[in-house]
Amino acid sequence: MNGTVRDTFKCRKISGGRAEGPVLISKDRVCFYLAEPGSGKIMEKGHDLEGKSIAGKILVMPSGKGSSVVQADGLYKLSKCGNSPKALIVKEADTVLVSTAIILEIPMVFKVEDDFYRKIEDGAIAKLDADNGLITLEGTEGSYRL
Amino acid sequence: MPVRLNRFEEEMLHGKYGEGVSLAMRVLVGIGETFDAERLVDITRAHVSSSSQDADIWFAEKMADLGTTCRVPPTLNPNFDFRYIDDHLFETPEKGKAMITATNEAYKKLGAIPILCCTPYFEQNVPGFGEIVAFSESNATVYVNSVIGARTNRESAQSALCAAITGKVPEYGLLLEENRRGEVLVEVEADIRSDFDFQLLGWCYPLKHDGFEIPVFTGLKEKPSPEALMNFGTQLNTTGVVPMYHIVGVTPEAPTLEAALGGDEVKAKVTITKEDIEKTRAEFYRKPGKIDFAMLGCPHLTLSQVAEISRLLEGKRSMVPIILLTNSLTREMAQRMGYLKVIQRAGGHLIPGTCVDIPSCWAPFQGKTGVTDSPRCAYYNELLNITFNIMPIEKCIGSAVLGEVVE
Repeated sequence: MNGTVRDTFKCRKISGGRAEGPVLISKDRVCFYLAEPGSGKIMEKGHDLEGKSIAGKILVMPSGKGSSVVQADGLYKLSKCGNSPKALIVKEADTVLVSTAIILEIPMVFKVEDDFYRKIEDGAIAKLDADNGLITLEGTEGSYRL
Repeated sequence: MPVRLNRFEEEMLHGKYGEGVSLAMRVLVGIGETFDAERLVDITRAHVSSSSQDADIWFAEKMADLGTTCRVPPTLNPNFDFRYIDDHLFETPEKGKAMITATNEAYKKLGAIPILCCTPYFEQNVPGFGEIVAFSESNATVYVNSVIGARTNRESAQSALCAAITGKVPEYGLLLEENRRGEVLVEVEADIRSDFDFQLLGWCYPLKHDGFEIPVFTGLKEKPSPEALMNFGTQLNTTGVVPMYHIVGVTPEAPTLEAALGGDEVKAKVTITKEDIEKTRAEFYRKPGKIDFAMLGCPHLTLSQVAEISRLLEGKRSMVPIILLTNSLTREMAQRMGYLKVIQRAGGHLIPGTCVDIPSCWAPFQGKTGVTDSPRCAYYNELLNITFNIMPIEKCIGSAVLGEVVE
């Protein structure tokens, strides 16, 4: 077996909790109202994640978007169907998404060390400890995918 | 950085006033920590954009079931007057009725004020200059910040409700003087005059500049009416996210360009040309020909708009239903002043407390074609596959009387 690698990155808590799961990266801002609750798939036309499911993922994205009500409604419906992301990692925080994540108890962090963004890839397994502001990537040498 | 709390706030956070208050405090402190707020501050007013959607009902019921009430009773957004609609237009879907009833019940327990209006800033919940408030509903957030000079962040329905419950908001963002200065300079070359022109300008700006900065508009030749400013802010927040703007010589924090910028450098310059506006005006004719209905009142119609519609309909008879949305005060006043009977005789419906964006209730309009003066009304209803031609009020009424789109 190759050597196991483990890297830890500092971040800041927005909504507390812990989560572990595969990473999914979105280049575009995400409006959860435009995801299909039953499948977790992003339905928005032309979106970076169009047709991909965010269910059970550690979702890495620039920020949220959408009106004062739709973001909460979208994430709530996904949660009810068991298809919400396990955690959110954002670059920019906005009040609407922050309050939504806290209310729905979805761990969310921001201000992650730059190095994280250089090393991260879709499918990597991430452990997020929002309360202590830590993200851990674990895997075999050369890849964080298991 | 932790948010500094006083003793009362600590007690609210730790459950002395119940689990609902504690939850509300956790949300507010969480927001405060995220945005590096040093402390919480008192609010004197709140408006909650209750939407009668699943998450809205869930959170309001959760708070109500915990026995929570609001320290600062918030006013509420419109939903759907199914009694009126059932009697005059169509049978509201049962699912929609159940959602509206659940929403109204939950907010009643919370002690909210059911003005059921999305323009509280005109009559029923009017902040003063510099007043700290928590207003969700993007058209209200932008109006009270920009036109009145009150201070609110762009709250979600839930964060505004938490603020109403505790009477507190974290101090960050637009609550602080230094974050209210203009950042993007917008030169309006186009000739913007009518209330409808401001719909077009509001729609166009975010398409030319995608960012969260505060824009400063210059070059406007006419002083906008209250309705023009209502339209403007609404559309800025349909294609974009603009919780505050300045218009030099019009809005209170922009007596001059220098004052609006507060000595800061401009981060970007944008020009809105005649071509931008005219291209949008043409694109808004989406499906000319026969129409099924007209819908006006997104945001809610003011009394002067109702008066104009009444004048346009005097002695006429509409070919299709004219749906006019407003608040109960304006409807009452329209009745007293004789506008209501003119509108009703012509085939119009002046409906209180109702919003264009309640998909569970408007479902029977799926697949239909209409006219509206509001781009936002058209945008939200794309989800329901309702097609709107967007044009000034007088053309909407003209189209309804004719039964087809007038050019």
